[in-house]
Amino acid sequence: MGAIGVIALNAFRESLRDKILYNLVLFAGLLIGLSVLLADLTITEHHKMIADMGLAAINLIGVIIAIFIGISLVNKEIERRTIYTIMARPISRTFFILGKYCGLVLTLFVNLSIMLAVFLVTLWLYHVPIALSLFQAVQLIFVEILVVTAIALFFSTFSSSTLSAILTLGIYVIGHLTADLRSIAANSESGVMKTMVDVLYYLCPNLEMLNIKGQAAVGILVAPEYLMLASLYGMVYAGVLLSGACLVFQQRDF
Amino acid sequence: MDDIVIEDLTKSYASGWPGRPPFVALDGLYLTVGRGEIFGFLGPNGAGKTTTLKILLGLVRATGGRALLLGQPAGDVETRRRIGFLPESPYFYDYLTAEEFLGFYGQLAGLGHVAIAQRVTDLLSLVGLADARDRQLRKFSKGMLQRIGLAQALIHDPELVILDEPMTGLDPVGRKQVRDLILSLRDRGKTIFFSTHILHDVEMICDRVGIVIKGRLLASGRVDELVRQDHTQSVEIVCQHIKAEGNAFIHSLATRVLQQGQQCLIVLPSPDAVDAMVGEIRRQGGGLLSVTPHKASLEDLFFQEAAPEASRVQADSLTGRAF
Repeated sequence: MGAIGVIALNAFRESLRDKILYNLVLFAGLLIGLSVLLADLTITEHHKMIADMGLAAINLIGVIIAIFIGISLVNKEIERRTIYTIMARPISRTFFILGKYCGLVLTLFVNLSIMLAVFLVTLWLYHVPIALSLFQAVQLIFVEILVVTAIALFFSTFSSSTLSAILTLGIYVIGHLTADLRSIAANSESGVMKTMVDVLYYLCPNLEMLNIKGQAAVGILVAPEYLMLASLYGMVYAGVLLSGACLVFQQRDF
Repeated sequence: MDDIVIEDLTKSYASGWPGRPPFVALDGLYLTVGRGEIFGFLGPNGAGKTTTLKILLGLVRATGGRALLLGQPAGDVETRRRIGFLPESPYFYDYLTAEEFLGFYGQLAGLGHVAIAQRVTDLLSLVGLADARDRQLRKFSKGMLQRIGLAQALIHDPELVILDEPMTGLDPVGRKQVRDLILSLRDRGKTIFFSTHILHDVEMICDRVGIVIKGRLLASGRVDELVRQDHTQSVEIVCQHIKAEGNAFIHSLATRVLQQGQQCLIVLPSPDAVDAMVGEIRRQGGGLLSVTPHKASLEDLFFQEAAPEASRVQADSLTGRAF
């Protein structure tokens, strides 16, 4: 096994032994269960409510795990000084960053799979049709989580955990609003405002592109080309951020 | 051949405030450590010991100068395959068991499963932790962590072992175990470079030592050479039936005079004045009880070198000139 694999598996093992993770997954299960109760309160669209809430719960918990484990991935190693013995081994800093990222992605993949399984069982129990569109939505949620993890990891290579969390959360929110902001700014007369929004638009990830939960809940499929393009976009964005994280980490003193 | 070569090594950290001078951690350090040698790196807190070790391992980048390990530039990734390192007050992945922990570092060093299994068993016995094989590190005491840290530094049987304060947190038995371990490594041809505050241990096991103060090497060499060459031995004379009080001659030669009843202790700064002092004691009708040359220790040398510099640094920091 290569160095990336060793680091990744260790990061995965660390997550598995962290009780917070189990609590979050349990919380996701509760949220999915809650969707059934809320659906009972609505007059119509029971099925849509259950699917909507389930997807939202998967997305929310996935992003929370990505941010809060992502920001501590590198920082914790430096603060606890565990990095000293790792970096004293024949492993490059780039491999360390990639290993850490892969470890968290593996953790998120397993968590997402568990949450998806709970979601599907809930749908089956309440006779909600399991549409292909739901899987498409989960696929793009996973891509979004890849991007968010990369953002968190990027910030954690040069800032504190708290600042990394704030910045990642900020980018996440802006990432869902860039398209809206741009259309609002288009009506503005201020050139500065337009330029600023344009910069944000091109700099921040367009996370709305990865959000198809609304249509997926009612069974509307997106074109396979869109799914592929959106996934590719997310992965390229994450790749660029990871490269940035590696570059910053190369220059750091411990 | 030298396993560690350090030439004119400098490291400074920006103060973070415009106009303020940078903090100089290393200021032109020169040092060599030969193959198969135990080298003790001595210095007070903040002298630059850990910074030097971090530069050697590529954890910190030097501002200037050159450092070579096993003939390769410090920080070279492949060379680290031949180096073992134990940091000061190590923190490890506490969710791992001792076996998993050593296995993880063995994998990072590129060892196969069979080799890892064998090395883990051997090293756990060597550091006295065979019973704690399946225990998570979070349940380890400080001394146990230090010992498992030593084991991880040795998991891949490195040629060069770098230890930062390896005796810290160990009880006398643990310290003796570490000393014995270091000596056994030297017997197997390994080179050991370690920093420490505990002078007694250095004196006991080191082939050579270096004293670093404020980022500069103040003295380096064999312990016996340093102690013999750089420090004058004092001599203690015990005599009786003599009144040293008011004797200007005795007081002019002695650094300390202690009168206790009939007996008198006279401390001379060097053996040169012994003859004159013994002659004076006889002239005064006193009897000589003993003449004991006081063998200088590494501690004396350390304080001789470190104390003036340390007090100057302290004075500078109080007046705001340093750091």
